[in-house]
Amino acid sequence: MLRVDVTKQLGEFSLEASFESQGRVTGLFGASGAGKTSLINIIAGLLRPDRGIIALDNETLDDTSAGVHVPPHRRRIGYVFQDARLFPHLNVRQNLDYGRRMNRLAEDQAQHARITDLLDIGHLLDRRPGQLSGGERQRVALGRALLSKPRLLLLDEPLGSLDESRKEEILPYLVRLRDEGIPMVYVSHDAAELRQLATQIVMLRRGRVTALGGVKVLT
Amino acid sequence: MFEISPAEWTAILLSLRVAVVATLVATPFGIALAWLLARREFWGKSILDALVHLPLVLPPVVTGYLLLLTLGRRGLVGAWLADNLGIVFAFRWTGAALACGVMSFPLLVRPIRLSIEAIDRRLEQASSTLGAAPWQVFATVTLPLALPGVLAGMVLGFAKAIGEFGATITFVSNIPGETQTISSAIYSLIQTPDGDSAAGRLVVVSTVIAMGALIASEWFARRATKRLHGN
Repeated sequence: MLRVDVTKQLGEFSLEASFESQGRVTGLFGASGAGKTSLINIIAGLLRPDRGIIALDNETLDDTSAGVHVPPHRRRIGYVFQDARLFPHLNVRQNLDYGRRMNRLAEDQAQHARITDLLDIGHLLDRRPGQLSGGERQRVALGRALLSKPRLLLLDEPLGSLDESRKEEILPYLVRLRDEGIPMVYVSHDAAELRQLATQIVMLRRGRVTALGGVKVLT
Repeated sequence: MFEISPAEWTAILLSLRVAVVATLVATPFGIALAWLLARREFWGKSILDALVHLPLVLPPVVTGYLLLLTLGRRGLVGAWLADNLGIVFAFRWTGAALACGVMSFPLLVRPIRLSIEAIDRRLEQASSTLGAAPWQVFATVTLPLALPGVLAGMVLGFAKAIGEFGATITFVSNIPGETQTISSAIYSLIQTPDGDSAAGRLVVVSTVIAMGALIASEWFARRATKRLHGN
């Protein structure tokens, strides 16, 4: 369970969002500039709220009144960025292995094989990110986040930088991922995408939550 | 024709030793400072920045004199180091290395700072969401991506150190075999009546070393761009 109740002032823009999510895939829906990315950056710990609480399951990650702020590297929250952000100096194999090494987890061959299979990236392992297509890059970024064994996965418009045909290429992988059971917060401005993936919707408009509920709220 | 005498060899090898030690010792400090200047905001940052660049704009003889005042045998810090730790810089080759390190520091720091500034901070954010503590982010993302800049800075610093003259001769004088580097040897030779050919040889040697360093630095810079663009 994810609990969010925060305010954040960013220049002229003010974000004031409060919701609780039980759903497996929480769709964060809104136009660009609605504050979606700021909100998941707060959830990830990359941005500190001015006031409020972020809690995941039974752990408080941010509580400004108690002075609690768990830094991003201790949150075990995976993040798939719109622009993938693969490490250019590492090949795909090393990128995928990065989270495991940083968290000092034991090697898990089975998990590694399953994820590379699921995302069809087994043939890319020795390549550098510069030699990948946009869709391949995004799949590797997904794999990299998953292999760090997060308890929550944040996806910030993972299809945003891809053209239509590439989107069609990635979407089935995301559906498979959802059925894996790892809780996700999925950010998008595309209602059709969220209808396919989300189990619960948080609608955001100019920094405020305007609707909460099932995918029906998208219509 | 081009036969280098033992005395000239002594000066060349001493110069190399002084420049290598100066560069190797200065590099960790240079990286730390470059990172601080590139990635942190703090009070007095512009003062620190100016201080780092000071040896570049001060007359070298002033830098050397300041070193003599502070780290010379009767200098405040120098006397303390000599009495308590037995470290003496004055009129030793280590003093020459120190003077060269100080003089080349701005040239060392600049390329490192630029290469750290060129690194996409969003990669560092991605690293932290994957569980990397700040020092791990630095060790596994920032430093490897800045490495070509570090190498370029080291090469430039080395080239500067090997040619340093004013601060070195002011601080540690011009003692053959101890503090007489290529530059101070050339200076001595052109003051002596028959020194021209020997000075000429040392000029050739120092030109070759400097050219080599510049070509190496150019090569590292090109690799840096390539690396940051992904191949």
